[in-house]
Amino acid sequence: MIDFTFTEEQELFRQAAREFAETRVAPGIPEMEETGRVNNAVVKALGEAEMMAITIPEEYGGLGLGYVARLIALEEVGRVSVATAMMLQVLALGIEPIVSFGSEEQKKKYLPGLATGERLATVAVTEPTGGSDVKGGRTAYKKDGDAASSHVRSGYIINGRKCFITNSHIADTITVLAKDEENPDAFSTFIVEGGTEGFKPGHRENKVGMRGCNTGELIFENCRVPKENLLGKEGKGLGVALSAIGGVGRGGMVGCALGLHTACLEAAVKFAQERILYGRPISKLQTIQNKLAEMKIDLEAGRLLAYRAASTQDQGQGRQASNEFAMAKHFTTEAAQKAAKMAVDIHGGYGCMEEYAVTRYWRDAAVLGPSAGTSDIMKVIIARGVLS
Amino acid sequence: MLNIVVCVKAVPDPKEADKIKIDPVTRTLTRCDVPLVLNPLDKNAMEAALQLKELLDARVLVLSMGPPEAGKIVKECLAMGADQGVLLCDRAFAGADAYATAYTLAKGVEKIGAYDVVFCGMASSDGSTELVGPELATFLKIPVATMVQEIVEFGGEWWKVKAALENGYRLVRVKLPAVFTVTREMNTPRTLSFSGIVKARRKEITQWGISDLDVPEASVGLKGSPTTVSDMTTTDSKREAEIIAGTREEKAERLVRKLAEAGVI
Repeated sequence: MIDFTFTEEQELFRQAAREFAETRVAPGIPEMEETGRVNNAVVKALGEAEMMAITIPEEYGGLGLGYVARLIALEEVGRVSVATAMMLQVLALGIEPIVSFGSEEQKKKYLPGLATGERLATVAVTEPTGGSDVKGGRTAYKKDGDAASSHVRSGYIINGRKCFITNSHIADTITVLAKDEENPDAFSTFIVEGGTEGFKPGHRENKVGMRGCNTGELIFENCRVPKENLLGKEGKGLGVALSAIGGVGRGGMVGCALGLHTACLEAAVKFAQERILYGRPISKLQTIQNKLAEMKIDLEAGRLLAYRAASTQDQGQGRQASNEFAMAKHFTTEAAQKAAKMAVDIHGGYGCMEEYAVTRYWRDAAVLGPSAGTSDIMKVIIARGVLS
Repeated sequence: MLNIVVCVKAVPDPKEADKIKIDPVTRTLTRCDVPLVLNPLDKNAMEAALQLKELLDARVLVLSMGPPEAGKIVKECLAMGADQGVLLCDRAFAGADAYATAYTLAKGVEKIGAYDVVFCGMASSDGSTELVGPELATFLKIPVATMVQEIVEFGGEWWKVKAALENGYRLVRVKLPAVFTVTREMNTPRTLSFSGIVKARRKEITQWGISDLDVPEASVGLKGSPTTVSDMTTTDSKREAEIIAGTREEKAERLVRKLAEAGVI
């Protein structure tokens, strides 16, 4: 028999994450909304609450709790602030390649700091010429110092620009995908640290939603990285980047979507029970009940897809999990956008007023779709699995 | 080593209090679908114990009486930082009033043996009798200080605490072992941490039934409860809106009068 219940420990994780989100994240939201900038107090709180340590193995200072626990945490943080959940999910996305492909030295060097929040991570893949078309990127590397004796140490020189990178201006431990200048079919991944000469964040995006989660450009101009910073094998970078995006990036978006969906349903229920029309709460009207029921069905269906995928990943079946997360990502992000629209509709005119959180949910929902691959791209991935 | 026992209770989640109804026939609470949570003031009691543990060589044991589902709030206390948990769980303990609860907890504390300080929340959010702490002290034949909002002196044989009064506080010197019931003002309870939850995996929860406590069945649970609930009713609260007319001064005067009549000011 399949057991669909959470364990007592998982329930405690949820309680801990909910308490954290409500007490430490929620106070930062007004400033994040107003300025669009990252709230440093929230980032610090994420570190103190060990939110970045969840997927890092214990031997490197993490908690080694896996992906169901991570999904629980993201769902709860997302319920309060999708922007913060997005930031958190990409911090884990940045951690994943080092956990899965890092050398022992790299793990020892980076993971303990990433677990505490002393270091902040991201992954840089997308470029103006290629996001989902990952090979379309133009950022390139060449070997440095091998042939030229003038260089003291050997390594690589990276040139190019990345765009739409979450945590672009706060991350200091960045996994960058670049192609070999001499062999455009060969991609490699490198860990670029903040402050490296030739590397700087560029333009900051001003997003419609998820305000306070930083998205922007990364610029590499003759950026020299030592050979120790090659992550995984040279020429095998696509596998490094795509496995992180497939398992952790998509899974993270699912957590954000579920959290937002829950927030939409809660706000809609509260308003529907308080708003009196025709002498009784609008929750008594079947047309409103229809919407609430649809939101609930989608939420629970999304949870089933999501937690099955996370559980599959915890069992070490990464490839299968990646496909299941593609389905979950498609379903939950579409459903959350629908739920946000319905929550706004239930609020009537109030749904256009910034005093009501549903306006934020609606704007945040718009960012869920394209992040970590659009719904159309998810269908391509899902169909590939079906046809294979 | 200071041995601290914290008594905690699983209560229906106060956030979902509107779902708790009174059965019109049996006159008992129907708590269907309302999850059990750690009594809010017991979190303050836990926090008080854990703060002392950070300052002194102390061991914190958490004690609860309740149904098997109450095990989860004991686990929560272990995740907060308690060292060990004991759950008094037996069908015979069911239906206990404050007196029988205090008696059973006292037997639990006696069985634990080593105790210097017993912390309780001042009251539970469901019963709100504020009786269990003082009655527990009575059964244990040790002193009690109620409504403690600050521990002023600690570490020795005599502790000094600030205990709340309606319009102030009194400083009380208490000789250990003693029971302290704590108020919300005492501290801000820590939130659960993921690593605390992981550490709780290795901590033990012992379950004791009536045979472990060696008490007669007639002294515990419903049978051991002298309190009789003759009636229970729900109170209806409704909103009323009234527009007060007149000049500004008249409106202010009428508003003040109405608020005074309503007992608000």
